[in-house]
Amino acid sequence: MIEMFSYAFIQRAFITGLLVSLCASLLGVPLVLRRYSMIGDGLSHVGFGALAAASVFSLAPMAFTIPVVIAAAVLLLRLNEKSRISGDSAVALAASSSLALGIVLISYVRGTNTDIDNFLFGSILSVSAGDCVLSVVLSLIVLACCVLLYPRLYALTFDPAFARSAGVRVDRYTTLIAILSAVTIVLGMRMLGSLLISALIIFPCMSAMRFAKSYRAVMLISAADSIVCFILGFLSSYWLGTPAGASIVVVHLAAFLILAGASRLRRA
Amino acid sequence: MTVFTAEHLSLGYEGQAILSDISFSLEDGDYLCIVGDNGAGKSTLVKAVLGLLEPLGGTLRFNVSANSIGYLPQSSQLDKAFPTVVREVVLSGALSRLAGRFFYSRADRARAEENIIRMGLKGMENHSFQELSGGQRQRVLLARALTAAERVLLLDEPVSGLDIHSASELYALISHLNSQGMTIIMVTHDIHPALNSATKILHLGRSIFFGARDEYFASEEGRNYLKEAGHND
Repeated sequence: MIEMFSYAFIQRAFITGLLVSLCASLLGVPLVLRRYSMIGDGLSHVGFGALAAASVFSLAPMAFTIPVVIAAAVLLLRLNEKSRISGDSAVALAASSSLALGIVLISYVRGTNTDIDNFLFGSILSVSAGDCVLSVVLSLIVLACCVLLYPRLYALTFDPAFARSAGVRVDRYTTLIAILSAVTIVLGMRMLGSLLISALIIFPCMSAMRFAKSYRAVMLISAADSIVCFILGFLSSYWLGTPAGASIVVVHLAAFLILAGASRLRRA
Repeated sequence: MTVFTAEHLSLGYEGQAILSDISFSLEDGDYLCIVGDNGAGKSTLVKAVLGLLEPLGGTLRFNVSANSIGYLPQSSQLDKAFPTVVREVVLSGALSRLAGRFFYSRADRARAEENIIRMGLKGMENHSFQELSGGQRQRVLLARALTAAERVLLLDEPVSGLDIHSASELYALISHLNSQGMTIIMVTHDIHPALNSATKILHLGRSIFFGARDEYFASEEGRNYLKEAGHND
């Protein structure tokens, strides 16, 4: 284990992945509870399309992808506020269209499948030093928001109508969450791939909800769950030689099933 | 003392008026029931009172800050499976008191505690909100509204979905709060609070009526409303 961390790229991937997992789990709680979890999935597909375009046109991948995904996040949330049904369809359309455009672009211009594979399923090799620095900055911002804005975020997640009546600008906070989620997704998808990143947003909250009664406990257990599952998934991917992204998601699934089973036993 | 006054108020969206030329006023300690058909503009009026909708015309003047109205939204908007406990919900009523602060103060917590006791929820602070009965849930939300309120409660269909027993219990609580000096604004489909407890009625619909309860039930709008509700006597 000490030997594996002697490689610089593994250190980078470990730090970045750990921080992105933490951010995803903290942002995931309000997203899942406000029924926005599909947006995480949609954004990762938009991210795929943007990464593909960046790669084909030789643009800086992060500098291009992050603004595109942020714009998509803000747009999709607005649509969702207006109408739940057309919002859902819009997310699905944006997701599959970006995926299709990305694949067509790469296949036509490059004629190779390695990029597609890396973007879809992720690779720890693609985590750069810049990604690592960005993930540290992002996680500091996300942590600061979650702690300092906790009373407001709780109130507007539980009951947006009441929060508005108390003078909270709900749409501003929703936009803030959307922007932070977009950055988290783009950072995470390099490692986990765009097909798997939404699991990091949804699983911790779902697992925590099996056990926690209070909102505070859901937040804390989500964060702990995301960190433990990331470490276990990361180590097992090294030992078993399986892809990191998929291994981490499988550990999340196992944790969810164990917690769901345990909470059922406890209730019985 | 006057809590607020609406004069020739017009409300609507994107320039289209849903309500026009409404005038009414509320004194400290009043119990106002807002009645009317679906689509008559009751929720639009609620938004305006909460300061979330700019009037298209006329004026709405407050002598209290709009943020200090304790609001009880329609419960159908809430996610019944939301993971939270009673104390968290009631404490979030102090939201408008945060102003520029990040966290709730000791005074906010004491106030929430006080309203937990007031609504008979002592000992249930750590109970899961989703496991409560409908009546208990409304009492928790009422405690939250009280934590927010200085002098005015705005209740939007507070008994919808409740059984008769829980509904009358909640009405009794609301009347009790009113007798302690809290001003009540209640949007309702149910004629009973209008008949039994209200001091003033605002009827929205094809014709608009505002006045004291007895005048209302003597008026044409009031008599029609009674007839539709099955009270012919």
